Amino acid sequence: MNTATLNDPMTTALDESVTIKVNDLNFFYGSFQGLKNIQLDVYDKKVTAFIGPSGCGKSTLLRTLNRMYDLYPGQRAEGSIVYKGRNILDKDVDVNVLRAKIGMVFQKPTPFPMSIYENIAFGVRLYENLPKGEMDERVEWALNKAAIWTEVKDKLQKSGLSLSGGQQQRLCIARAVAVKPDVLLLDEPTSALDPISTVKIEELISELKDDYTITIVTHNMQQAARCSDFTAYMYLGELVEFGETDKIFLNPSKKETQDYITGRFG
Amino acid sequence: MSAHVLQSNNSIYQRRLLQHRVGILLSISAMSIGISALLWILAVLVINGLGAIDLHMFTHTTPAPGSEGGGLLNPIVGSLMMVGIATLISTPIGIFAGMYLAEYGDESRFAQTTRFVTDIMLSAPSIVIGLFIYAIYVANVRHFAGWAGSYAIALIAIPVVVRTTDNMLALVPSSLREAAYALGAPRWKVATMIRLRAVKAGVLTGILLAVARISGETAPLLFTALNNQFFSVDMNAPMANLPVVIFQFAMSPYDNWRELAWGGALLITFSVLALNIVARLLVRSGKNN
Repeated sequence: MNTATLNDPMTTALDESVTIKVNDLNFFYGSFQGLKNIQLDVYDKKVTAFIGPSGCGKSTLLRTLNRMYDLYPGQRAEGSIVYKGRNILDKDVDVNVLRAKIGMVFQKPTPFPMSIYENIAFGVRLYENLPKGEMDERVEWALNKAAIWTEVKDKLQKSGLSLSGGQQQRLCIARAVAVKPDVLLLDEPTSALDPISTVKIEELISELKDDYTITIVTHNMQQAARCSDFTAYMYLGELVEFGETDKIFLNPSKKETQDYITGRFG
Repeated sequence: MSAHVLQSNNSIYQRRLLQHRVGILLSISAMSIGISALLWILAVLVINGLGAIDLHMFTHTTPAPGSEGGGLLNPIVGSLMMVGIATLISTPIGIFAGMYLAEYGDESRFAQTTRFVTDIMLSAPSIVIGLFIYAIYVANVRHFAGWAGSYAIALIAIPVVVRTTDNMLALVPSSLREAAYALGAPRWKVATMIRLRAVKAGVLTGILLAVARISGETAPLLFTALNNQFFSVDMNAPMANLPVVIFQFAMSPYDNWRELAWGGALLITFSVLALNIVARLLVRSGKNN
């Protein structure tokens, strides 16, 4: 009987356009419940934005998708998150392999303390044994994908920390892309950046969605409106409304959503 | 003429100004007492020791009682060997233990106990460490030895390296570690290739400070390496070393011995000072990196 309930979400995940299916997800920080009964579909090669006021659980939700919370004892998730037919919350899922498939970019740029080249190669080497030439190609390819190749091609051996904030963030995106994941999780990727760098990252997101499924947490509602196809509005750990971005922004079905979008609240 | 708008005779303001001046005065005098003690020590050392420092000191062994001249070659070589071996022993142990504490210190009881014991070891009187090595090593092999001296000062260096490594690793922001985990990196790779690498200048500084600390230790060597008036590089025999030579020569009746003691003291002090300055520069370059 237990196996039947475990298998249940697998059949529903067969819908090809859904990459990640979140079902009855509850999340706990110790005794505090951070997420309540979340149901959500993340669609293939689309951008899904999580918006909502601070503390609403949007980052928490993002961090369950690659089980980042595993690093912290006392945090746990219940329910199911089905990706490629498997509930990734299962204990026997290899989180390292999972994270190689579901990459993440953080709020603050986090270049590793090594050269620009090594920043990219570090992640690639974890799962692939490439000869020097192919590694060079992969590094160039990833830096190109993140629209930073022309800026760094002459200083690949310089420290990643020597770049500007916006360049560092694109380096981090390149690093995430280099391991060829299916999904990219972006946790407020532009909140620490200046407006010009923000525009570059947003343009980048629109280009990347041709190849990747993207979820983005953002405080900036214009950003969600500009770059996402689907939007989830969250409040106090609950998913208030989820739908196509145009509908959420132009014609939300719930009053709370409308209040937040129009700035009357939050 | 009325007061300017930027001047205030307000009594609260005047009192605060007075408090400010008294506070500054007190801190400056405290600082001058501290720094003048240091400068005094350095001045006395330079005045008395500079005369002894010449090429001769580095090329001749310690003089026999009553003989003229002599140098510090054997204690310099002995100190370098024992400190060098102690550093080779304590660096890997200290770094690995510090990494273990930083990775598991908050979740495991064993790690927390280790951290506590390390803190006790940090403040353990060095003479106790010397007696300990005497009891378990020297008393068993029945002779003093350079190895025993190395082990004793390594025991003093280990907690210093453990603590600085642990403290430095704690400074690595969790966002950097998360970024590495997010690529699918296993824990040991994140710990060594990302976290340790991010603070390598700081960890190196800890090692240099540990070297500086053990270079001047006398007590743990008295019971272990003892001393040797002849040139010897045999780690299984008693070994000359600067602190114990200074201790013996400074209290001797011979003028040339006392002069060598001053020279040795100056040499140790400035080597330690140089190590500290290098450590400082490393920390600075680490910050800019």
